[in-house]
Amino acid sequence: MTVAYPFNQTDGLDLHEAYFEALTTPGMLRIQMPHGEPAWLATRYADARIVLGDRRFSRALAAEHDEPRMRAGKVTGGILSMDPPDHTRLRTLVAKAFTVRRVEELRPRAREITKGLVKDMIDAGPPVDLVDMFALSLPVAVICELLGVPVEDRPRFRVWSDNALSTSRLTTAEFEASREEMRDYMRGLIADHRAHPRDDLMTALIEARDEQDRLSELELVDLCAGILVAGHETTASQIPNFMLTLLDHPEAMDKLKADPSLIAGAVEELLPFVPLGAGAGFPRYATEDVQVGDVLVKAGEPVIVAIGAANRDGLRFSDPNTLHVENPPEQHLGFGHGVHHCLGAALARMELQEALGVLLAELPGIHVAGDIVWKSQMLVRGPMTMPVGW
Amino acid sequence: MTWQLKVDKTVCGATGMCAALAPDLFVLDEAYAEPVKPEIEPDELALDAADQCPTQAILVTENGKEIGPRP
Repeated sequence: MTVAYPFNQTDGLDLHEAYFEALTTPGMLRIQMPHGEPAWLATRYADARIVLGDRRFSRALAAEHDEPRMRAGKVTGGILSMDPPDHTRLRTLVAKAFTVRRVEELRPRAREITKGLVKDMIDAGPPVDLVDMFALSLPVAVICELLGVPVEDRPRFRVWSDNALSTSRLTTAEFEASREEMRDYMRGLIADHRAHPRDDLMTALIEARDEQDRLSELELVDLCAGILVAGHETTASQIPNFMLTLLDHPEAMDKLKADPSLIAGAVEELLPFVPLGAGAGFPRYATEDVQVGDVLVKAGEPVIVAIGAANRDGLRFSDPNTLHVENPPEQHLGFGHGVHHCLGAALARMELQEALGVLLAELPGIHVAGDIVWKSQMLVRGPMTMPVGW
Repeated sequence: MTWQLKVDKTVCGATGMCAALAPDLFVLDEAYAEPVKPEIEPDELALDAADQCPTQAILVTENGKEIGPRP
């Protein structure tokens, strides 16, 4: 039987009942997304690890198939649509900027930004929108400084970013027009960086192109645009998501307030506990017949990995549906697995730790102070606005 | 000429990047990575894996001289 997908509702953070059923049923599900061919859905941890980590599964092959997807139009390009060695070539150029060591060097600056944002919130007085005044501002400021994008352009790229991650709000023509606008914006910034090199990632990537010919001009443009979008949207969603989850778990919240050294571990627990995705995507195509658990995936068939479900697999994690901030799991799939493991994982961890740390220390009475409006028709879930008081 | 591969398991982040990129060189022992063989013929993929590792847990040497991750 083929079931309609995605399952999750977007006005909350619950994992849909259908995932829990799938986790207790042998094999993988057959699903049909709004567009494209049917696919297998991997919900178990062990199956997810095979599909994400085995080179017999390809992202690039999706371009040759009627890829399962949310939008009517097919989107091509980008580092997440590549396999090694093309993927390796681009990823190597940016990997150094996002290592654990480099990210730790950014922590003091992130803390300074975070404290400034909380001060602005206090000056404005409650209620304030945690999303606009804090959750978006922190990752946007950090990625803008790292990449070399003027932070005051946020209202402009905010629109393109929302469009890039929308699932059905735009027609294909509107989606492509938005992407071209963002590319033009990036081309302008790249031209400015070419004329005036500086100490940022965009300049380093321009040197890799102009002096070593390691990527094309369009790859350069799309890599910068991709880093800007991916570099803030997910973290900006998870900051309010984590805060809401902690407000729902007052005992955990009290422990973190009493002992801030628990915050890093709490982030590691919240990452797999909060299912960020509205639905899974980015199908992997089998390049040959591959046995995945109980299912023989035939060459040319797509598999989609439901990371939010795999992180709640009771066969891999003990008591995965309870929040244990003092005992985080190891090797969760919150950032994926394999060659496409999130480039910004260390950056996201650091920002989430700093955000929760400063919010709980400076606004210990933080609470929801109005109606939350949830994002809809987006790949990631989270509040669009979240009024808070303290 | 041979290269030597090492993975520092105390810093390995279990991302699975190296084993997915270069399965002939790296394998995941349950979660954490280890070299398939400690000594290999020179192979650019080993340097790519070392470059991409987010925790810089992979060390590639040639006669004791560090050659990966590349600067």
